[in-house]
Amino acid sequence: MILEHAGNAEARTLAGWRKLGGYASVEKALKGMTPEQVGEEVKKAGLRGRGGAGFPAGLKWSFLDRKSDKPRYLVCNADESEPGTFKDRYLMEHLPHLLVEGMIVSSFALGAKTSYIYIRGEYMYLLRLLEKAIGEAYAAGYLGNDILGSGYSLDLHVHPGGGAYICGEETALLESLEGKRGNPRIKPPFPASQGLYGCPTVVNNVETIATVPHVLRMGGEAYAAIGVGKSTGTKLISASGHIKRPGVYEIELGKVSCEEFLLSDAFCGGPKNGRPIKAVIPGGSSVPVLPLALFLKTAKGEARMMSYESLADGGFVSGTSLGSGGFFAMDESACMVRNLWNLTRFYHHESCGQCSPCREGTGWMEKVLHRLEAGQGRLSDIDLLVDIAKKIEGNTICPLGDAAAWPVASHIRHFRHEFEYHVKYPEKVKDPRHGEREPVAMPK
Amino acid sequence: MPKVTIDGQTTEVAPGTTILAAARQIGGALVPPAMCYYSKLKGSGGKCRTCLVKVAAQSAANPNPMPKLVASCSTPVADGMVVANLTSPEVLETRKAIVEFLLINHPLDCPVCDQAGECDLQNLSYAHGLQRTRYEFERRTFEKIDIGDRIQLHMTRCIMCFRCVYTADQVAKHRVHGVLGRGDAAEIGTYIQNALDSDFIGNVIDVCPVGALTDKTARFASRVWFLKPMDAHRACTKCSGKVALWVKGNEVIRVTGRRGAYGEVEEFICNECRFDRKELGDWVVEGPRRIESTSVISANHYTDLKQLHIVTQKHLEARRLAGAGPEGSRPRGPHEGGQADPAALISG
Ligand SMILES: Cc1cc2nc3c(=O)[nH]c(=O)nc-3n(C[C@H](O)[C@H](O)[C@H](O)COP(=O)(O)O)c2cc1C
Ligand code: SF4
Ligand code: SF4
Ligand code: FES
Repeated sequence: MILEHAGNAEARTLAGWRKLGGYASVEKALKGMTPEQVGEEVKKAGLRGRGGAGFPAGLKWSFLDRKSDKPRYLVCNADESEPGTFKDRYLMEHLPHLLVEGMIVSSFALGAKTSYIYIRGEYMYLLRLLEKAIGEAYAAGYLGNDILGSGYSLDLHVHPGGGAYICGEETALLESLEGKRGNPRIKPPFPASQGLYGCPTVVNNVETIATVPHVLRMGGEAYAAIGVGKSTGTKLISASGHIKRPGVYEIELGKVSCEEFLLSDAFCGGPKNGRPIKAVIPGGSSVPVLPLALFLKTAKGEARMMSYESLADGGFVSGTSLGSGGFFAMDESACMVRNLWNLTRFYHHESCGQCSPCREGTGWMEKVLHRLEAGQGRLSDIDLLVDIAKKIEGNTICPLGDAAAWPVASHIRHFRHEFEYHVKYPEKVKDPRHGEREPVAMPK
Repeated sequence: MPKVTIDGQTTEVAPGTTILAAARQIGGALVPPAMCYYSKLKGSGGKCRTCLVKVAAQSAANPNPMPKLVASCSTPVADGMVVANLTSPEVLETRKAIVEFLLINHPLDCPVCDQAGECDLQNLSYAHGLQRTRYEFERRTFEKIDIGDRIQLHMTRCIMCFRCVYTADQVAKHRVHGVLGRGDAAEIGTYIQNALDSDFIGNVIDVCPVGALTDKTARFASRVWFLKPMDAHRACTKCSGKVALWVKGNEVIRVTGRRGAYGEVEEFICNECRFDRKELGDWVVEGPRRIESTSVISANHYTDLKQLHIVTQKHLEARRLAGAGPEGSRPRGPHEGGQADPAALISG
């Protein structure tokens, strides 16, 4: 649905996009609906935020403080920096007008007169692409004053970030957009009441906003009929790792089993090097890793499906999370200690440094992991890591602290034997390619 | 007015009051420690996480607990809220962890730190810290920078509370320093080498909970526990002129704001009072400041406080057997004799 016209060069121009049915949702909403009706459709659609947390978009919109006499803002989160996630880039590159269209109807629903797309600095070429699309939309009267004679006016700006993962956290993003240091804010107050410049604001992911035109086109109820249960609609999955067919896939939520997604040629196409897959991180680096068996089947023995609920089945003990859909698979040559060290290095590097547990704890975990990976660790280091992670989790200002703690907890929970191997066979792991050399490196 | 219960004690507070403020209203041991919050600085708090508490019931209408511990300094109370601080093992366990986090990269150079003796981090770790460290790596260091001839920056001691940043914005109203870098490389700095010299900027010294910002004009001059803090004032055109003088004999070693409840100054003072009035004659001395009896600063000073000797029958018997002299001729303890000034030992 979302990716329907991806790859079609025509879709990148306004004229082409219109030919493909683009901007119909703008005509429909601005000419024939009230903002409340648009919001109502999104609510009925059960559309959940695609940025990671999966919070229902309609509900988020309904929290927006409409009584305040301040201006309201819609900000699109295009900071996409979660390791393993690259779907927003694909979407913006191929379908820039879909995002612009989504921004217009969503801003209309929220009563925003100025809206922003905050895009990560490394996506500079996309910024130009989006600006071109926005320019075309202005010229065609879809943006600016009195859009299509409806009396509704909207200005849309694209703003680049400076290259910090933390600026994807919505309140850090708002600080950054205001021109300040990208430190997450202490909540409450939430952006819905005091967001950008202290005004009521909604922050939504690129994919969330790009879905809104489809919801309007087909109607909320019809959209909700796609997918299963509370996982309505479709979701983009960025697939990478040791698989034959990496790329961005659109799946109907809850209808594709994890096994099918991993092995079918319609999706990942199975392992790349003939070595069996060992572990999967299905939702971006922050979500817990699962060993293959638990990824394919829940602890209860049921087939696991690609949906919010099914992936979360078993909580963090035997389940994980759909997150932002950054799917990566690792085969037996991968060293889980090295993988965890790499992820932890990322969180250590990206911590904003505001709160003590995350500022100090992420660096500490990285150092202990480095030592373990280099074959200089001790068995007690493993429990030390679990303990540090536990003390970061839940005690920080923003979820980056949790995101740093969860991979540590889950890697050790499911692959403790690999950590022990590093302590017992320090000589073997000194070879930097030990994961590959010794696929069984990590006997259970 | 909302009613809130903290560690079993109930109080009524104005709407919008934070849990920490409500706890301070009750007072006593149940008040959570606060390393970054400073009631006189808008926007402060929420960062250090030492004040985390458990909300066991959110309100009368919603008696469910909050899923995570919350920062008491920035969480408003609701009517019927039930909060556990010292009564929650989870809170105490977490607080220990936070102290550990604050200390793993701290240089622990208390023996040469001017803040020692009045350092919030020392007090906090005394109350909640572990005996030994589990951190086995090299501690973080920073390139030293000079921020002027009045204020000394020791970045390694900083706990990133942001109080000095808010002070420069709100009290000195002129900020040339800020936080540069991110994560554990974040540091207090001036970007382009610059001196902190606006009129009220000296207050960063008083708000800094640790020895990261100290008074350069009194650097290594004396350990604070060898000084007598006196309340004093002078007619000042810039501030209230009400200060604490730290004197040794007739010498004014340093001047600070009057640090009172929860380590906060009663009033911010200007740079002239702090740095340029170091003669006793500049001041009208009101009298000695009250110092917590548990503070190391109170040691030595208040000679009218005498140690009480409890003499038991057994004690007298022992003395008699040992052939010692009568009571009162006992040798002087280490606290009563003269002592070398350790500052002299370290400044060289
Ligand atoms: C450290 C961190 C990084 C994040 N990065 C992104 C990001 O790059 N893109 C994104 O859409 N959401 C990101 N989020 C989630 C946002 O805070 C926010 O939940 C999301 O933009 C809301 O949009 P949605 O409701 O449409 O998902 C991040 C969150 C955290 C804590
Ligand atoms: S959890 Fe980490 S990234 Fe988030 S506010 Fe705290 S220090 Fe910054
Ligand atoms: S220098 Fe002191 S006041 Fe400033 S942030 Fe560091 S600890 Fe806080
Ligand atoms: S005092 Fe509350 S977080 Fe620092």
